[in-house]
This record gives sequence, structure tokens and C-alpha cells, in this order.
Amino acid sequence: MSFRFSEPSILRIEQLSIVARRDCGEEVTLLDDINLELRPGEVLGLIGESGAGKSTLGLTALGYVRPGCHIAGGHVFFDGMDLFALSLEQRQKLRGRRIAYYAQSATAAFNPSRPIIDQVCDVPVRHGLCSRQEARRRAIALFRSIDLPSPNTFGDRYPHEVSGGQLQRAMAAMTMAGEPDILVLDEPTTALDVTTQVEVLETLRQLIRERGTAALHITHDLSVVAQTADRIMVMRKGRVEETGAAEKILLAPQTPYTRELVSVQMRPHMTPTGPPRADNMTLAVNDLSVNYGHMRVLDDVSLSIAPGETLVVVGESGSGKSTLAKSIVGQLAPTAGSIRLCNEPLAHFALRRSRDELRRIQMVHQIPDTALNPQQKIRDILARPLSFYFGTTHQQACLQVMQLLERVHLPTDCADRLPTQLSGGQKQRVCIARALAAQPDLLICDEVTAALDPIVAAHTLELLREVQRETGIAILFITHDIDAARRLGDRVVVMQKGKAVDSGPIAEVFDSNTRHPYTSKLLESVPQMRSDWLDTLIAKRRGQPSSSVDGAALEL
Amino acid sequence: MIIANQYVPTRALAGMGITIFIILAVAFGPLFMSHGPNEIVGDTWDAPSLFYPLGLDNLGRDMLARLLDGGRATIGLALAITAISFLIGVSSGIAAAVAGGWLDAVLSRSVDLLMSLPQLVLALIILTALGTSIPVLIGTIAILESTRVFRITRSVATGVAALDFVQVARLRGEGLWWIIRREVLVNSLPPIIAEFGLRFCFAFQFIAALSFLGLGIRPPNADWGSMVRDNAQAITYGVMAPLIPAIAIALLTIGVNLIADWLISRNSPAVGEEQ
Amino acid sequence: MKKTRSDEAPLPPACHSTNKPFENGKKPRAHSQLLSLLGRRFCLGLLTLLALSAVVFASTQILPGDVASAVLGRDATEEALRAFRQTLGLDQPALLRYFSWLSNALHGDFGLSLANGAPIIDQIRFRLENTLLLAAVAAIISIPLAVILGIVSAIKSQGRVGSFLNISALAAISIPEFLFGYLLILVFSTQLGWFSAISMVLPGMDLTQRLSVVILPAFTLAPMVWAYTMRMTRTAVLSVMSQPYIEMAILKGEPRSSIVLRQALPNAMAPLISVVALNLAYLIVGVIVVETIFVYPGIGQYMVDAVGKRDIPTVQACGLIFGATYVLINLLADLLVIITNPRLRGALK
Repeated sequence: MSFRFSEPSILRIEQLSIVARRDCGEEVTLLDDINLELRPGEVLGLIGESGAGKSTLGLTALGYVRPGCHIAGGHVFFDGMDLFALSLEQRQKLRGRRIAYYAQSATAAFNPSRPIIDQVCDVPVRHGLCSRQEARRRAIALFRSIDLPSPNTFGDRYPHEVSGGQLQRAMAAMTMAGEPDILVLDEPTTALDVTTQVEVLETLRQLIRERGTAALHITHDLSVVAQTADRIMVMRKGRVEETGAAEKILLAPQTPYTRELVSVQMRPHMTPTGPPRADNMTLAVNDLSVNYGHMRVLDDVSLSIAPGETLVVVGESGSGKSTLAKSIVGQLAPTAGSIRLCNEPLAHFALRRSRDELRRIQMVHQIPDTALNPQQKIRDILARPLSFYFGTTHQQACLQVMQLLERVHLPTDCADRLPTQLSGGQKQRVCIARALAAQPDLLICDEVTAALDPIVAAHTLELLREVQRETGIAILFITHDIDAARRLGDRVVVMQKGKAVDSGPIAEVFDSNTRHPYTSKLLESVPQMRSDWLDTLIAKRRGQPSSSVDGAALEL
Repeated sequence: MIIANQYVPTRALAGMGITIFIILAVAFGPLFMSHGPNEIVGDTWDAPSLFYPLGLDNLGRDMLARLLDGGRATIGLALAITAISFLIGVSSGIAAAVAGGWLDAVLSRSVDLLMSLPQLVLALIILTALGTSIPVLIGTIAILESTRVFRITRSVATGVAALDFVQVARLRGEGLWWIIRREVLVNSLPPIIAEFGLRFCFAFQFIAALSFLGLGIRPPNADWGSMVRDNAQAITYGVMAPLIPAIAIALLTIGVNLIADWLISRNSPAVGEEQ
Repeated sequence: MKKTRSDEAPLPPACHSTNKPFENGKKPRAHSQLLSLLGRRFCLGLLTLLALSAVVFASTQILPGDVASAVLGRDATEEALRAFRQTLGLDQPALLRYFSWLSNALHGDFGLSLANGAPIIDQIRFRLENTLLLAAVAAIISIPLAVILGIVSAIKSQGRVGSFLNISALAAISIPEFLFGYLLILVFSTQLGWFSAISMVLPGMDLTQRLSVVILPAFTLAPMVWAYTMRMTRTAVLSVMSQPYIEMAILKGEPRSSIVLRQALPNAMAPLISVVALNLAYLIVGVIVVETIFVYPGIGQYMVDAVGKRDIPTVQACGLIFGATYVLINLLADLLVIITNPRLRGALK
């Protein structure tokens, strides 16, 4: 039994340590000696890379520790109560009602076989806040206040019947329905397109401000957290790196790690326009169209890449950019159009292309974990293209493997390791090395930094630039990340719903005033590390005639 | 317990112990027998004694000798059947997963059809028609079993074939055989090996059941299923004779099942409960 | 919660019609989709039955050598052989024989037994009733209990209760039916004398007598069915429990029992139906061995006898009946699974 005494902070974490135990008995420290204070109505941003422990920390605010983990020391006080000293029932009474959790993925958080409104009304009804009809009424009012379409009947839909952005905002309603004191936002916008992200951020901020809820905003994106947080705490490998007021962290970070984190996420300078375009294009794509059944996924797309140049293809999900990569590489057959490599036409299917043609186009995939055979050593992975394309003997190959590893700045003892023993960033470098081993003319990078942490992603981009300078290969870089595009690209193509809506040198497309309206919308949706960025954007949009408030128009 | 850097739970160890013991006994036991399994050495259902620790069967033959000899027959048959069914099932499953297209469609539909009919009934019908010689037994059961092996192999291999590193190999221009061997097979093995244990148990029990019904291995050769059948009458006199081969069948099945269960649970993590 | 850093929006691209965002006219689409799925599965079921009949027929025609001499023996005269072939209609082309056999069967005429020349349908009528009684009793004593225990062992998967249930199920699967059967006979018949070892069913027996005869065989059949059902239920419920929305329910403060009942079970309905159907189908086939142990006059024992005597028409008839029951149970299960699919549930409102 713990009695409550009034405190200035609504959440106080003291010297918290959490340890995970695996089946074999091995122990891993997830959190080490964490101290945190949250005042009523305050928003604290928790910043860190993956593995920093931010999610684990966020869950402790609900008195929850994932199975297999346990508390090795410290306390979590909510409104004066020691959460982990309470019984399970007492904690269950607090969850959802006084402390609520907002998950990263709404599709994962909603039960697919229950209507949305039932799930929104769960918490208020179970905790006796109000009757079922009253809860329904309030939920509909909430839907209306956050501009969901047809609020009266929206909740009767099942989760799979509404779009991703709408579901994410419905989850905001579900979390707020219990009128909690604290909201734990666990990577709320990480999986969303930038345009949808704006809407969801706006919804969250509006709800938090209206009710004066305190919040823990967990994310790895400094620009996003700048929009909501009063204070920021930087975490690294289970420890606190730095804490302070939001402005202070963003403008004057103290520790070297935080400084690197900030500098990597700032608006980058653009690379100066590359060499003047030669006549013989490495890659020329003309009027390419691809259909999936009746649906046109790519519509009359044309582009070209000169040797030594980087063309960035930018688009959100459903824009067709991955389909473009697959067609160029021969995985998908286009319905119309042609692809030429150094002026020679390429067969549509990879099966029909010659070995040399296949060699000259290499692709690096998004997720390095699945792009490497977990049973093969790095040496074998890198030696295979050498022996396959050039017939190098085993001895020669070993030497060249070492050179390749040096080229991508990996220690040479990696050669004897298995992919599972490398980090994400290292694995991606191996994938790049494997592509380079074939000495291609064109390197296609399909969202290669999307699955990496910001610092590692920045280093990977630098590596690509370096490689291009050394070898003069052409790069087709596909991404949704505008900042990455700015860092790497000479020219850019903007795609929307299968069409190329804008293209040209990057300086022209991104910074001049003659832009396609979609490009404008895309560019202005990229968060900047200024805390007033979201306010300015919303004010600007409200002044304009209504562009679609809900990201549905931009998703298939 | 930790063996070779792997954590092995006690029940898996128990399973391994039982299985190894039985296999060793059956493989080498008959070498130490002074009399053959078909020799008559006493009266019907004599009680266990020093020379004949498990007593005698319905014709006065030594139960222990028959048990060891019959074990060779039953286990040997079951192993042969499982091996053949895996040969057929794994190769067709992986081919279907990697090649896709019409090969996959044809194989999958045929397997679906075969699997929609009850195995024991089909086996009985075919055995009626073709007789119960050893090759027919092995062939029939192996083909019926291979359908299940095909299904699980295809499902695992499809999952692996969808991963990016297989795409990378395809786009490099690697041949089908190379892809199957180096990329897909290697990564599909763990669940397939676990399934081998389960299929062996099934084949083993199936053979025993068929023999028990009088349709398996012909007398006077010993085999655990027909031993149960031969001695069934004893139970009405309170003699345990038919229980002995039945218990042997149960023990081996439990042993292999424990191992297979552990292998399967290694591939899928357990869901915990909050404390 | 799963942390994906991909840029894809949470929903897959809308190639599937039920994933279309909120719009009017959605109900008719799901409704017609439901009907078409049901219709397709039903047609597939009919096709399977047809194929089954073909397989049953064909496999008895693949005898090496000649049926007549195989049955009548080497010493039979040419006349006898010819007469035999005529009665069986073996002089006609196979396809014709197949269709006539099938149409007769559908009218309930399975021909005459080769063993005693009597119409097969008479025996089948009598024995089918017995087999169904046995199967029903075995199902009642095993399946409901197994499903409940399976759910319990999924909830308490880490504790001692869960482990105990898991191990006992494993043991029950491993133990062959005849071990159970003879153990039960040893205890309840030989030692205690409560039931007879041989389950004779005579016409004119009333229900209690019938039940007393069926009890031991039912309890022999039950453990395997119980064990398989329990394990499969456990797996199905566990896989539903590992879904991310279950963790979300925990974080909303829902007590575990409520989560299992209100969130997990409705989504586990479909796999559970499959589990029960699979085991019912197993039951149908399992009677074959059990009836032999107890010499219980059911279709299983009839078939085994016929196989031993190479009585082909009887084997065909029994094979057809067993196979058809098996296919029908699976068909029913698949239809139920389609109906309980939450994505199509909107169509039923």
C-alpha cells in the first residue's frame, strides 16, 4: 500500500535499470540508471537511435515491462505511486485511463475483427468513466474535432476499411478517450509518409494542448520532436546522454554524440551541379509503363542518367518508385516502353539478358538483413560475383575481397564473419561492396538508408558519394527522404501515383519557384528543426483553399 | 543444460536418451542373443524368467528376442519410408517454391487432391489391390507421406525464396540449381529436420497399425505391430504379453516427439505472460 | 510494438477490394465476395468427391493379373471365371463400369459382397449406425474438454499447468491406440469385469446396452483425439495471443482473462474450427483400428475384414463412405472458416 502525496512532477523515474534474460540464461542490459522527470502538461521528447532503450523506457511509464525482461533496480513514480510496487490489478486500473500508450503502427494496434468505435470506447467504459452511449457520443465528437471523414459513421468501420493515415488519427482518439494524464507516444509518425505525418502530428498536438496532457514523445527524428517537445532527453545504449530544454538541445548540444545527431539531421547543403551532361547516357528509360492487373502502377515514365551522375527518384509510398527499380533491373516486365543501357536496348526480363548486361546494373536493397544469406561468410558473399562474372580464382578473389572491404571502410576481419555478427550499417556496406565487386556501370539504390539510424545513414550516403567520385559509376537513388536527396543528388525526378511529375537539376526542382504543386507540398511537409515549423505550415495551409486534409489522396 | 553453445531443455535430453537407447538396443541387441527370434523355447505365455526377461509369446518364442528383431524391421521400414518420402517431398517442394509457375500449380493441386482423402483408407484400398509385399508397403506409404512433406517444404522454401538475397542471386544470373542448393536449401533446413522426426513417428505408428490389422509384415517375421496382434488374446487371461511391444512403440514415439517438439519450439519464440 | 523503419504506409497497396478506404457501396462488394468464396469452395468440394470416387474405383482396378483368377483361385474352370467376370461386369470398359458403379452407389446399391454374396448395403446400414455412435461418443468425451484445456494451456503457457498439459498431450499422441485399448481391457474387463472385452452389438439392444458396449472403444479412441485437439488449439490460441493488438490491449489495462475471451478467441475462431474439423476427420479414420481391437461391428472392422479377404466391392463401398465423410467434414469446416472471417463479417450485418 502506497499513499499518495502531492508532487510537482506527474512522472518521476529514479535510477531505473532493466535487464532482459534470454532462454540460455544470458543477460542483456536494456536500461542503465535512468533518471527522468515529467511535469503535468509538459512534453518530453525521448531521442535516440534503435537499441537506445527509449521504447522500453516509455513502456515503464505504464508499469509494463516486456516478457523476458525485469527491473534490476530503481523506481517509477506516477503521481506519487510506485508503479512497480502496485499489484497487477492496480496497474491495470491506471493503464489507458491515467496513462495511455500510442503505438507506432495503428494497423498492429487495432483488433481487425472489432469495429473502430468499440475499441475507442473500451477504456472509458471499462474504467467506469461514463456509460456506453455517452462514450460513443464523445468518441464521435472526438472524430469530428480531428476532421475524420463522416464522423458519425466512421467508427462503425473495421480497421482494414479505412486508410492508414485515418487509422493513425483514430488511434489518437482511442488514446485520448480515457482522458489520461500522461500520453506515451512511441514513434507515432515513423512509419508514415511525410505528408500524412503532418496531419497526424497536428492532430496529436491539438489534442495534447486542448487537454493539457503530459507526454513522452519517443522518436529518432529531431525535426519531428522539435514540433511538440518542451524538453528533450537524448538516450544512447540504455543511458541518458543529455537532457535539456528543446531549443537548447537543438541549437547548442553539449555532448559529441548529440552534436553529431543534430548536425546529421540539419538541412544539408546541396551538392553543386555535377559535370555537364554527356551525350551517351548510361541509362535511358523511355515511356515506361507497368500494370498490375488492371491497375497502372507506372505511367509513361522517362528518365536518363549520365555517367558519373546521381539521379534521385523521390516519392511517397504508392508512387511507383520501387516498381521503377524492379523494371529497370529486370524483375518485372513493363507493359510498354524501353530501357537502354549505354544505348543498347535491354530485354525486359532478367532471364533474357546476357550475363554481362546483368553485371553492369547492380542493385542494393533496403533491408540489409534479408539481402545477405545468413549462412554464408562475408568472404564468400563478396567472392561470388568475382568468380561468377570474371572467373577469378580463389586466391585472387581473397585478395580482391580485402580490397573491397577497405574500399567500403570495413575492418578486414569481417571477411570471416557471418552477416548476423555485423551491425545494420556494416551489413549495408557489405551489400554495397558486393555490388561494386561486379564493376557495374549503374548502381541502383532502393531506399538503402531507410532502415538505418540517422548517423549511420549519413555515413552510408557519404560512402556512396566517395565511391562515385572514385569509380565514376552512375547512381539511381530511390528514396522518400528529401534531405537524403539533397545530399546525394545531381538531378531529381519526383513521382506521384506512377507518374513523373517533376524532373531536372536538383537546385531547379527543389529551390526555384517553378514547381509542380505536388513537389511543393512534398517539400513543405518535410519537418525542419525549428519548433515553429508546424505552426507556420498549418497557418499557411488554413489560409489556402482546402487541399486534402487527410493523406488519403496521396496513398493508393 | 548447455551443449555446444546451445541451450537444451531437459525434456529434449530425455527424448534423445530414450531414442538413442532404443536404436542402439535394436541395432546391436540381436547380436548378443543366443537364440533366434523364431525359435520355440517354451510354453505359450510363460512368465518372465532369468533367461527370458520378458517372458514368452503365444507360440512359446522369446519376447525379448522377437522385440529386438521386430524393432529392426519396424524401425527400418519406418526409416526407409520417411527417407523416401522426404526425398520426393523436399525436392518437389523446393522445386515448386523456386520455379513457381505451372510446375508449382500442377504439383500443388495434385498434392491437395491426395491430401483431401484419408490416408489410412487409401492405403487399405491400394494394399487390397496390390498386396502387402514390402516394396508396395514402402512405396504406398512413402508417396502418401510425401504430400505432407511437400506442403511444409514448399511453405518454408517459398518464405526463403521471397527474401532479398535470393533475388540478388537470381538477378546475378545464377542458375536454378545453384539457387536451390546454396541459397534456399541451406536456409530451409531447420524446420525440415524437425518435420523429419514427426514424419518418422507417423510412419512408424502407421506401419505398426497396418501390421496390427494384419496387413503389414508377413509372419513369421517379427514386427511390433503384428506382435501385438498375435498376443492379443493374452489380455483376457491377465497376461501382459501384447502390452510389451505396444509400450516399445510408445516409448520410441515419445522419444522422437520430444526431440522434434524442441526443434520446432526453437524456430518459434514462446509468448510470455506478465508477472 | 514492432518498429519498422520502412517508408511504406501501414496498409498494403489496395489491390484487394476490401481494403478500399471508406466509401459508400462497400457492403454489396463484400457480400458478393462472400458468396463467391463460398460457392467456389463448395464446387471444389463436389469435385473432390468426384475425384475421390474415381480414385477409389481406379485403385481397385489396378490389380496385377486378373481379378477373377485372383479370387477364385488357380483351379477355377474357364466357365467359372467367365461367369464371375460377367457378374462383376468386368467384360465392360472401365469407364462404363465406373459410371454404373457410381450411379448405383448414389442410389444406395453397392452390389454384392464377394465373401458371402449378400447385398453390401444391408451390412453397411447396420454397421454405419454403430460406427457413428462410437464416433459421436468419442467426440463428445474428448473434443470439448480438449478445446478448453488447449485454451487454458495457451494462457498459462509458461507455468507448471501449461507444461504439464503439454507433456501429457505429447504422451497421449505417442501412445498407439492398441496400447490404450489393451490396457483398458486389462483393467476394466479382465480385472474388474465391468465391461466385456469384445463389444458385441446385437439387434434389439436398447440405448444403455449399446452405450455400455461402446464405452471402452470410445475411451480408447479419445486420448489421441484429445491430445491432437489440445495441442492444435494451444498453437492456434498462442499464435493469436502473439499478435501486436493483444499487447495494445494489455497496455489499455484489460485483464488477461478478458483479453483472451473478448479479443483473442473471436480471432481464433477460424483456426479452431479447422482444428475441430481436422480431428473429427481423424476420428472417422481412427475407428478402423479401434473397432478391430474390440471386434466392434462397425464399418471400420467391416473394411479391414474385406481387405483381408480381398472382397473388392466391399472395400470400394467402405472406401467411398469413409472418404466421402472425410471430404464432407473438411468442406463444412472450410465453409465455416470463410463465414467467420472478420474481413467479410461486414457483409453479414
